[in-house]
Amino acid sequence: MNKKFTIVRLLCAFAIAVALSVCIIFAISEDPLTAIYNLFLGPFQSKRHFFDVFASSVPLIFTGLALGLVFKSGNFSMIADACLYTGGVVTAALAIKTAMPAGLHPILIMLIAAAVGGLIGSIPALLKVYFHTNELVTSLMLNYVFFYFGIYTVTKYLADREAGTFASLKYQPTAALGALIPGTKFHVGYLVAILAVVLLYFLVFKTKFGYEIRISGSNPQFAKYSGINTSKVIILTQVIAGAVAGLGGAVEQMGMYQRFNWQDSPSYAWDGVIIAILSGNNPKTVPLAAFFLAYVRVGADLMSRRSDVQNELVSIIQAVLILFITAERFMAGWKQRQEAKKALEGEV
Amino acid sequence: MGQGIILEAKNITKVYPGGVVANHNVNLEIRKGEVHALVGENGAGKSTLMKMLFGMLTPTEGQIFVDGKEVHFSASGDAIAAGLGMIHQHFMQVPSMTVAENLILGAETGTALKVDRKKAEEITKELSEKYNLKVNAQEKVEDISLAMRQKLEILKALYRGAHILILDEPTAVLTPQETEELFEQLKLLRENGHTIIFISHKLNEVKALCNRMTILRDGKTMGTYDISDLDEKEISRLMVGRDVSLAIEKEEEEFGKTVFSVKDLVYADQFGKTRLDHVSFSIREGEILGIAGIDGNGQSELVEAIVGTLKPQSGAVFLKGTDISAYSVLKRQESGISHVSEDRMKYGTAPKLTLEDNTISKVYYTDKLKTRGLIDSKKVNQFTNKILEEFMVKYDNSKQAVSELSGGNVQKLVVGREFDYQPDLLIMNQPTRGIDVGAIEFIRKKIVEMRRQRKAVLLVSADLGEVLSLSDTILVMHEGRIVGYIDDVKNTSENDLGLYMLGVKEDSRERIGGACHE
Repeated sequence: MNKKFTIVRLLCAFAIAVALSVCIIFAISEDPLTAIYNLFLGPFQSKRHFFDVFASSVPLIFTGLALGLVFKSGNFSMIADACLYTGGVVTAALAIKTAMPAGLHPILIMLIAAAVGGLIGSIPALLKVYFHTNELVTSLMLNYVFFYFGIYTVTKYLADREAGTFASLKYQPTAALGALIPGTKFHVGYLVAILAVVLLYFLVFKTKFGYEIRISGSNPQFAKYSGINTSKVIILTQVIAGAVAGLGGAVEQMGMYQRFNWQDSPSYAWDGVIIAILSGNNPKTVPLAAFFLAYVRVGADLMSRRSDVQNELVSIIQAVLILFITAERFMAGWKQRQEAKKALEGEV
Repeated sequence: MGQGIILEAKNITKVYPGGVVANHNVNLEIRKGEVHALVGENGAGKSTLMKMLFGMLTPTEGQIFVDGKEVHFSASGDAIAAGLGMIHQHFMQVPSMTVAENLILGAETGTALKVDRKKAEEITKELSEKYNLKVNAQEKVEDISLAMRQKLEILKALYRGAHILILDEPTAVLTPQETEELFEQLKLLRENGHTIIFISHKLNEVKALCNRMTILRDGKTMGTYDISDLDEKEISRLMVGRDVSLAIEKEEEEFGKTVFSVKDLVYADQFGKTRLDHVSFSIREGEILGIAGIDGNGQSELVEAIVGTLKPQSGAVFLKGTDISAYSVLKRQESGISHVSEDRMKYGTAPKLTLEDNTISKVYYTDKLKTRGLIDSKKVNQFTNKILEEFMVKYDNSKQAVSELSGGNVQKLVVGREFDYQPDLLIMNQPTRGIDVGAIEFIRKKIVEMRRQRKAVLLVSADLGEVLSLSDTILVMHEGRIVGYIDDVKNTSENDLGLYMLGVKEDSRERIGGACHE
């Protein structure tokens, strides 16, 4: 009953979001059919666009995993943003300043970026455990600190003085993650993301620590009475989540860029919130949710290029989805009538 | 519509989210000026029905009439306006405010900007005298007893103009002496023309107080009767559908050596109020030690200090001769303490998670459930099904959420989990609170079975009947102290315990010292 209801509810939310965007396009566009065609089917028009969707879903998978894990443990740290950004900066530094063989270079960079991400991720958690600060507030503030620290590092030590804009020197070719399918942006990083999905799935559902995360997140009082060290859970989950986000920063930089040019924080962490909600904080469904979001975005990009509708329309679709998925009362009446009918059938 | 019917519910059906049918075609007729009992076991749908009458829930189907007119309450404010008043099991009061302030809460005296406290106190005194419900208007609610808080709750309803009072198991928090006093006051209210609906599952109380009664079983009405028409046996058969006997069969047993003891536990909470005042006792093999007392007299703190979720300021806890005072919660469990907590949904389970997740919480880290270092879902499934079947839990599948089970079944799951890992000391804190008779019977039998296996049992319960029928020895707590030690349980009555619980009677220190064995 519950599973079926969740799916029906999800589909209804999708239908409403799609219907609403179609209405808006008809209201504002001179050529609504072109806009609609590109938005919903654009990515299928060419191999390149289709695999672009996979490539754009990579950072979303990483932040979706990170935030899903943190949410699962009942915490609301947004530090994944700083972890991902700093992971990118670390990658830039190592990709520019160190020389290594091609296979080893990216692996080492990924490990170091993950370690740095984990370290940063621990800060709001430690503050929460030892000083009872609210992790949401501290993480949002710290995001600024690490963002500007990253900008400073790149400008001072890594910047390309020849370039007209904010950009680092070029990365060594040894540090690039190669394309999986030539002629597209679909890169090896996707496999790393899937590996992270598998590992986190096992962590959450098959290990002792995963059990502790789920119990602490669902009912911290019960966790305490069961003898679970909830402080350890808070700190360790956020370290792991930070490491995943830091790794995501490294993969994104090495897979998609030749130089560091994130002058604005790419805000993948906020997309991670959307992914975490769509996936129900379950690592298994994260790639699917990330694919969906990336698909809509690539479609919206194509739409804005080929018609008179701006790609900000995506924000409306996202907002409607989140609203209906998180609104607990959405379709609750329907569910209850179904349940009442079913329950009363058996009665005399 | 019959003569003098003041409140009527017709064909009421209520289905909760999740598909639980709490009421099915329930009918209820209340005559003006009577005390009408609503009886039924826990989970029969009494509270649900009352919540609908009081506007806190909307019926799925059916009609409600007040004074012959159909009403549709969408909030309890509507019910109050129609002359209903409800005295909940959990009092709706602000502890840091005075009695008078609480009384007027929601219908304040004075202007929009300023509450007229003097007027509030006058009103409190006036009402209190009129209905002979003595309260002190100026005292803070946090400083008064539960019985006093209950009086305040009744006064609150009267102040809001209620002439139909609904009392939801009002005697659950009272001593036998306080119960008698309450009954006198309720009779006075009836003489004053008020109508009272009295919810209870204690038949002797119903007999003593009420005119008529309606019996609910499994969400259905089993009829309305004059009190004099049925004897207790017939009532209980209508309530349960079969003859039940909650009498405990317990063999005489010699106690073995001391398994567990606490020495001089002292705990004061963050406000400096003493919750545990030099508590010492011990439990031997094969002994059930009962702790009686009015809720909130240190029992919860005592249990928490033993399981390790609360750190007492001084004192020590010993298990099998080892001082475990410095141990963590987990280490205490591993040393042999198991614990059924007083609130199964708050401390005893994670209601949104599956039965499996909730059943393995004591063994999830052991090799028992693992294959090659990872938790094996097949083993988890087997382990869960084994416990749930052994403890007769009614469930569809082990992947459903705990919140979908009834209270009795959740409690059986918790008890099963705690008993399974063969502890030396079992702490049972309110083990049968709010569950159906079948589950109560089952859990009590299991407790006695553990005694037969020579386990030590600490039983904390507000149900005096339960304490008296299960325990081998009884300690009574009052304001954080042990005030009574009873080793002759057979010749002790609920009234005897009541005197200790009220703080009227206290044993000598030497006698209470008898609770500590070598």
